[in-house]
Amino acid sequence: MASIDQAPIMQPGQDLAAIDRTVGDAVLHPGQPLWWWAGFTVAVALTLGFVLAVEYLFVAGIGIWGIDIPVAWGFAIANYVWWIGIASGGTIISALFYLTQSQWRSAVNRIAESMTLFAAAAAGIMPILHLGRPGFFYWLFPIPNTMGLWPQFKSPLLWDFFAILAYVISSILFWFLGLLPDLAMVRDRATTRRTQLFYGILAMGWTGSHTQWRLHKTAYGLLAALMAPLVVSVHSIVGLDFSGGLLPGWHSTQFSPFFVFGAVLSGFAMVLLIVVPLRRLYRLEAFITERHIDLLITFLLLCSLLLAYSYLIDALLPFYGSDHFERATALHRFTGAWAWSFWGAVTLNVLVPQMLWLRSLRGNAWLVCLIAFGVVVGMWLERIMLVTSSLYEDFLPSAWGHFAGTFWDWLTLFGSAGMAAAGFFLFLRYLPIVAIFELKEILPPSTHRSGRGA
Amino acid sequence: MSGIALEFPDETPLVQAAQRLRERGVRAIEAYTPYPVEALDALLPLPRNLLPALVFATGMLGLAGGFLLQWYGAAISYPMNIGGRPPASWPAFIPIAFEIAVLCAVTMGFVGFFALAGLPKPYQPIHALPGFERATQDRFFLVVDVADPHFDSADIDRLSKEITSCRVVAWPS
Repeated sequence: MASIDQAPIMQPGQDLAAIDRTVGDAVLHPGQPLWWWAGFTVAVALTLGFVLAVEYLFVAGIGIWGIDIPVAWGFAIANYVWWIGIASGGTIISALFYLTQSQWRSAVNRIAESMTLFAAAAAGIMPILHLGRPGFFYWLFPIPNTMGLWPQFKSPLLWDFFAILAYVISSILFWFLGLLPDLAMVRDRATTRRTQLFYGILAMGWTGSHTQWRLHKTAYGLLAALMAPLVVSVHSIVGLDFSGGLLPGWHSTQFSPFFVFGAVLSGFAMVLLIVVPLRRLYRLEAFITERHIDLLITFLLLCSLLLAYSYLIDALLPFYGSDHFERATALHRFTGAWAWSFWGAVTLNVLVPQMLWLRSLRGNAWLVCLIAFGVVVGMWLERIMLVTSSLYEDFLPSAWGHFAGTFWDWLTLFGSAGMAAAGFFLFLRYLPIVAIFELKEILPPSTHRSGRGA
Repeated sequence: MSGIALEFPDETPLVQAAQRLRERGVRAIEAYTPYPVEALDALLPLPRNLLPALVFATGMLGLAGGFLLQWYGAAISYPMNIGGRPPASWPAFIPIAFEIAVLCAVTMGFVGFFALAGLPKPYQPIHALPGFERATQDRFFLVVDVADPHFDSADIDRLSKEITSCRVVAWPS
């Protein structure tokens, strides 16, 4: 019964050369399997849809979306919060668990970090699309302009801009720093001139000298220590975007931690959704073992419970306090026109994942994928519920309205998913998907010899 | 530099050899390994690691600069009276100052790493060593500079007899 808890983080019988063959050579094979082409084609088709939706938006303006007064925040904001939440899960795995020296992280951190990059890119586009006049997005930068104006430094919306900027740039640098030694490994295994040049330029002349390793370790540790608080600050500030508004259902001090819990939950769900099939498709079972899946599920359950606590507080406090508008908004969430999004979020994020407490169900890869996908969907429902339900029925009944997404809203959502997926498929094709040097580091020294002679 | 390269199939004999050379007083040694070998920290010459200090200083500069920027913009250059609130309300400046500080520190950590490691430099002389492409894969190299005053080729001969898995290559060959 305790078998999974004591399962190794790497199956026995591995040596240095085996790691190189399994992980490193995957990027050097010229052909790609059918599932890759199928997935990539769908992703590119959706990306083209996204390009179309964005171009039409630029030409026609945000009137093509369902947003209007009173619901002026719609899909774009919900998509943004959703994507940035998914991104943060990857950073938690790679940065926070590096600082806690959790060895199991080594097999999944590259996948998680790459997922973070593409999710953060999809998130970063959304607020710009939402601006209405996207050509002026650079006004957010604190640069002197002809009118002598400055951005409003005291607004959470501007804090958000700085947070996203810092997060996206830092994520790219952190990701590339970790990738560098593996790029050199691929360079040294490459046999054709083109791949040698490609990976040679990317590897920047890494030799693996002790001087380089020492600096690399220092730099990576420092960046991890900076990334961990950064990711918490980013999603806390996203929460403040809502807390800073005076609307019932938003104006709450719990929003920052509430948003961080949801963010990490969706991030872990996305990592599970990617890792469970990939370990089979790339035959990585020796390196990404049952133990990894088990640990990821444990953290998913933890985040699910933390989120359940936040939902409970969010639902109870209006009735504990005396604000009629807060109560009305809470009741609208439970029973109003968008009640399905509230109950959908509660069901998919809190109730359904509890099935995974049963050990027998945790071993079922299909079920784990399905529940993880449910959480990803449920988190989107939570975001759209939070964004719209405070807006469409606020203080004055005469100002009430309704909201429904249009075709272009949905195309933007699915298109952005396609764009993130297309980027991820290219990552799978061209870069080592597991941190090879970290796997070698956790390999016991006595098993290094490959048995092929010295 | 020109020297002698010793190739090992494993981490343990590499550390052993580095220890022997160290005992002989040889200082000009560099190791090339597929992953960081911590045991070498005590055996190889350790230049002062400036990176943490650089990153900390840049982060602090970013923090100060972030506050200064917001204070100048909101209190000096274009103060706005909103309900009589003070224009220089520093608690509201914390988030942006923090983000700028982290961005500066991370960028410095990245740039500083490449600068101190002497990268990018796509071709390094050591790449000419036969078999060196396996240094990033499954072989461990130790390169001794012949210019070291304590260098003695007899030591190398003894080492290669003692550690049988070792292969000796002159470099440049």
